Amino acid sequence: MLHRPQSTAEALTLLATDSATIIAGGTDIFPAHVDRPPPKRLVDISRLRDLRGVRREANTFRIGAATTWTDIARADLPPSFDMLREAAREIGAVQIQNRATIGGNLCNASPAADGVPPLLALDATVELASPRGVRTMPLDAFLLGNRHTARAPDEIMTAVLIEDDHNHGRSTFLKLGARRHLVISIVMVAALIEISGDGMVERARIAVGSASAVARRLHDLEVRLAGRAANPSIGDVVSPDDFAELSPIDDLRATGAYRREAAIELVRRALVQLADERHG
Amino acid sequence: MDDTTHRINLRINGERQALKIDGAERLSSVLRNELGLTGTKIGCEAGDCGACTVLIDGEPVCSCLIAVGQADDAEIVTIEGVANATGSGAALLDAFHAAGAAQCGACTPGMIMSAAALLDANPSPSDADIDRALGGVLCRCTGYTKIFDAVHMAAGNRAGSAVGERGFVGERIARLDGRAKVEGRELFGADSIPEDALFLHAIRSPHHRARFSFGDFETFITAHPGLVRVLTAKDIPGRNLHGVIPPFADQPVFAVTETRFKGEAIAAIVGDRATIENIDLSEFPVEWQALPHALTMEEAVSANAPLIHDARAGNILVHGRVEKGDVTTPDARGSVIIEGEFETGFVEHAYIEPEAGYARRTGDRIEIVACTQSPYMDRDDVAAILGIANEDVRIVPTAVGGGFGSKLDLSVQPYIAVAAWLMNQPVAMIYSRPESIATTTKRHPSRIASRICANEDGRLTSIDFTADFNTGAYASWGPTVANRVPVHASGPYFVPNYRARTRAIHTNCAPSGAFRGFGVPQMAVAQEQLLDQLAARLGIDPLELRLRNALDGDMPTATGQLLGEGIAFRQCLEALRAPWALARRHAEAFNTQATGALRRGVGVAGMWYGCGNTSLPNPSTIRIGLKPDGRIALHQGAVDIGQGSNTVITQIAASALGVGLERFDLVSGDTDLTPDCGKTSASRQTFVTGRAAEAAGRSLRAKIMRLANVSDGSEIRLDEARIELLDKGQRHEIALSSLAPDAFGYLLTAEESFDPPTTPLDDNGQGSPYAIYGFGAHMAEVDVDIRLGTVKVRKIIAAHDVGRAINPTLLEGQIEGGVMQGLGLALMEEFHPGRGENLHDYLIPTIGDAPAIETILIETPNAIGPFGAKGIGEQALIPTAPAIFNAIRHATGVVVRRAPATPDRLLAAIKALA
Repeated sequence: MLHRPQSTAEALTLLATDSATIIAGGTDIFPAHVDRPPPKRLVDISRLRDLRGVRREANTFRIGAATTWTDIARADLPPSFDMLREAAREIGAVQIQNRATIGGNLCNASPAADGVPPLLALDATVELASPRGVRTMPLDAFLLGNRHTARAPDEIMTAVLIEDDHNHGRSTFLKLGARRHLVISIVMVAALIEISGDGMVERARIAVGSASAVARRLHDLEVRLAGRAANPSIGDVVSPDDFAELSPIDDLRATGAYRREAAIELVRRALVQLADERHG
Repeated sequence: MDDTTHRINLRINGERQALKIDGAERLSSVLRNELGLTGTKIGCEAGDCGACTVLIDGEPVCSCLIAVGQADDAEIVTIEGVANATGSGAALLDAFHAAGAAQCGACTPGMIMSAAALLDANPSPSDADIDRALGGVLCRCTGYTKIFDAVHMAAGNRAGSAVGERGFVGERIARLDGRAKVEGRELFGADSIPEDALFLHAIRSPHHRARFSFGDFETFITAHPGLVRVLTAKDIPGRNLHGVIPPFADQPVFAVTETRFKGEAIAAIVGDRATIENIDLSEFPVEWQALPHALTMEEAVSANAPLIHDARAGNILVHGRVEKGDVTTPDARGSVIIEGEFETGFVEHAYIEPEAGYARRTGDRIEIVACTQSPYMDRDDVAAILGIANEDVRIVPTAVGGGFGSKLDLSVQPYIAVAAWLMNQPVAMIYSRPESIATTTKRHPSRIASRICANEDGRLTSIDFTADFNTGAYASWGPTVANRVPVHASGPYFVPNYRARTRAIHTNCAPSGAFRGFGVPQMAVAQEQLLDQLAARLGIDPLELRLRNALDGDMPTATGQLLGEGIAFRQCLEALRAPWALARRHAEAFNTQATGALRRGVGVAGMWYGCGNTSLPNPSTIRIGLKPDGRIALHQGAVDIGQGSNTVITQIAASALGVGLERFDLVSGDTDLTPDCGKTSASRQTFVTGRAAEAAGRSLRAKIMRLANVSDGSEIRLDEARIELLDKGQRHEIALSSLAPDAFGYLLTAEESFDPPTTPLDDNGQGSPYAIYGFGAHMAEVDVDIRLGTVKVRKIIAAHDVGRAINPTLLEGQIEGGVMQGLGLALMEEFHPGRGENLHDYLIPTIGDAPAIETILIETPNAIGPFGAKGIGEQALIPTAPAIFNAIRHATGVVVRRAPATPDRLLAAIKALA
């Protein structure tokens, strides 16, 4: 059975009274039920207008949780969001991007979710609604583990909030897969650097995905990058020790050892690319 | 609250449709099952293949990922409406047809819908735009080249291929079944299931090896209204056993007490469709006891390994051997020795159409309408399973959405046959993608050790080759692989001293069977890389080394056969000479200056492949008749799995008869209607069935000539009332009404058979196992990222000795598709038993992985093939992976010991070298 509530409030009521599953883009729910019966009750939030679209409210970008990746790729956003828009174009393929939503990507909480590293690097906050009210929390507090989040069963993610505090930031997203298109990442990197007028890194934010249960920021590296000249030798700052907290696993896509090496290489490339853009 | 159950209003292709259905159902299922719009294909139900792509409000989406209730306020366009409901649809249908962009046709609707969305938004897209727009639709047949061409053609950027006038041999006509494929009208296994059919689902082993016992079925059936019956081994009316090679038949329809691989069927449930599709099988009454198992060949041949079949000691299914001269004495060896060990993994066929079909009992006969590559083999095996005469089984092959070897073996057929037979009601079965991947045959994993010896001048003196093949739990085509590889392991080279030994080893994996090349591609991965190492050792250019050893017609093969005329391996290599020299120079210059992570490499590999069965009869019979309406009926039993036999065989018959293709009506491979053309495998249909078609066409022509005693070269003209014969200016006319129909209902009928002339192999494997061989060579240009271990194949040039090009467009399509499967084998494809039974863990190349592919067709007709033609289906794939590996070695120095060369493996090898 599919319920199509007309408002978030109605959706919350349905969720509270029924043991129901939220469906938005459907790109995770249906693949999880290829050889077994689908959930008995679905609550569709894909057409709730207040959950869809990118809006700027004061100094904050508000991305509705049911905003599709195609919406995000087409949205008018500052360069610091390039990594998010690039990730939007790397999630599955066009068919998936047209349906899959930012909220679904976060609530599904796959270690390989391409949307997570850029949002971690943007210090995103998530907004959750329930009959008890609305609460927000930092994304890194929301993501607890592999397919595990802080969302309560009766909660709906309503938005992703990102403060626009980085007017001169540049960002990039690098994805590594064993083929082009429609591929689960072996590893991916989102990097954002803010560069001062004299060409020095003021602030760097870097996240690596698919190399731990939840994508991780590289805080040590971020600290050491601050104050470095933004030139092609910036890659030399990157040290394997910066990746010590990653815990990449062996799976069908790659060995854990490879993931670690590839993450290091991709972070170097991302930094060099961003430094080059600055000089170019 | 807006509960959409039972009232959905859809707008599809401009029409409103009011439906009473559960809003949570997948849109794809509703389109197909409720609305009969079967042009939307289901390949995975997981968004991994894109075959079910439709437009919702102009945007392409996977209809398998949408609950139908979510679409109730949207504008939906499917392939059936694309011509009218989109701006570019009509042009795309024409372009896909003209360009040969549809082979099997299973991905085609998804491709066209995606392309329509692109062109409606962007009328003149770049290659990059097309790449991105079509990146979500997998194609397993075409190699994507002609799909690119078609989109450009529809955008008006590129002209269409020239087409012939009469469709005779050599003309680039569009495939005869192509229009139905591009319009989504082609009916595949799941597309014509009767409304009153029950559905069947197999209960399968969750363990690699297990003992099991059943509980109470009655309680289970009672608890599930809509469930009608449970079937087990006890219900099999005849023999609970099947196998593609009768003496080796060893696979039960239902396991009796013990299963031998994960996914093996032990029972089946039959009931109405909704019940079967939604039932929770965790309650099925069965107790499992997992048993020790062996998944690898090492485990299977170890002393304490469980015997998988009691009669097969040491878990060895079969040995193969070919031996000539002496490989053991130093004299025979020559002065330079290169040796190495190589491994390849399981490869999944990953056709876009999962197995499907239905069966119906008609009195004391059974009819099976399903996808297959081998109607008559299916017929005989099903007859044995039901315990009835072969003639009482009718196999009606549907269109096949890709086969590549795996649809030679039975899949749904025995289950639906037994159920329909016992229940006297139509019964259908559609494999899910996980079921298809878990249970159908795979390419054999291989473990190869080989030693190649040569003189200082680069002439090969000996080869000593051994290979083990993981044949899985059942025989399937394991004996064929074990026997074909030793014949081929010399490659297309003259080798005076030769020994090749193989074993097919049982394990508790899904059966390995036929997959484009029967083990020869695995062999080539080893041998062609060793040749490059030999060339490097001797300081000889790799292409020159191959030319120096190229097999000619007057040199005996490893089995002592002299091939005589019509061998063009040397010409294939020579065709590569100029691009090879240029690309090697450019790559070396690039690498000299390289400061970044990319290194460029260029590699070459040669290939030969015998067409048809190895030393075994494999006749084809073609019947052709003149109908009372003046049209020609061609009983074309060579199942077209996308490769184009419907078109190619008809072109051959038309040329031989001397009547244009437009007058032909095809009769399909229905075993009640059409004689046996054997299986679609072993690159035999163009060659063997083609030769039968040539003979039948000539025979009918002779009969027509005799009607007026005109000379052989006379021209035939047909219309609905008469035959006109033009003989050197003389005109003869025969009224069709003056001729009486024969037993077939034809005014004149000709039926001819052809079986390739071969001889048995003796104890040393000496003899003439094949009447003809196809030859070829591929050249690969790659960029290797030496810090990530990734490989981008930039270009493949494929030169093939095809004898005579019956239809160059279709040949190119086979080659482009073969190249792409070879690329997948080389870089990304590996199935791990019991894991990743889906198309996001098992990766096949997307359009974004497609290199530029240039095809060079070399025509040197031989006296045996029809109009001199040879097969191409398997030849096209064999040299690609080793050419890519040799290019990787040129770029990095790494020898690829384990295929596929995934990024982690390749990076580890690059680091080990440094």
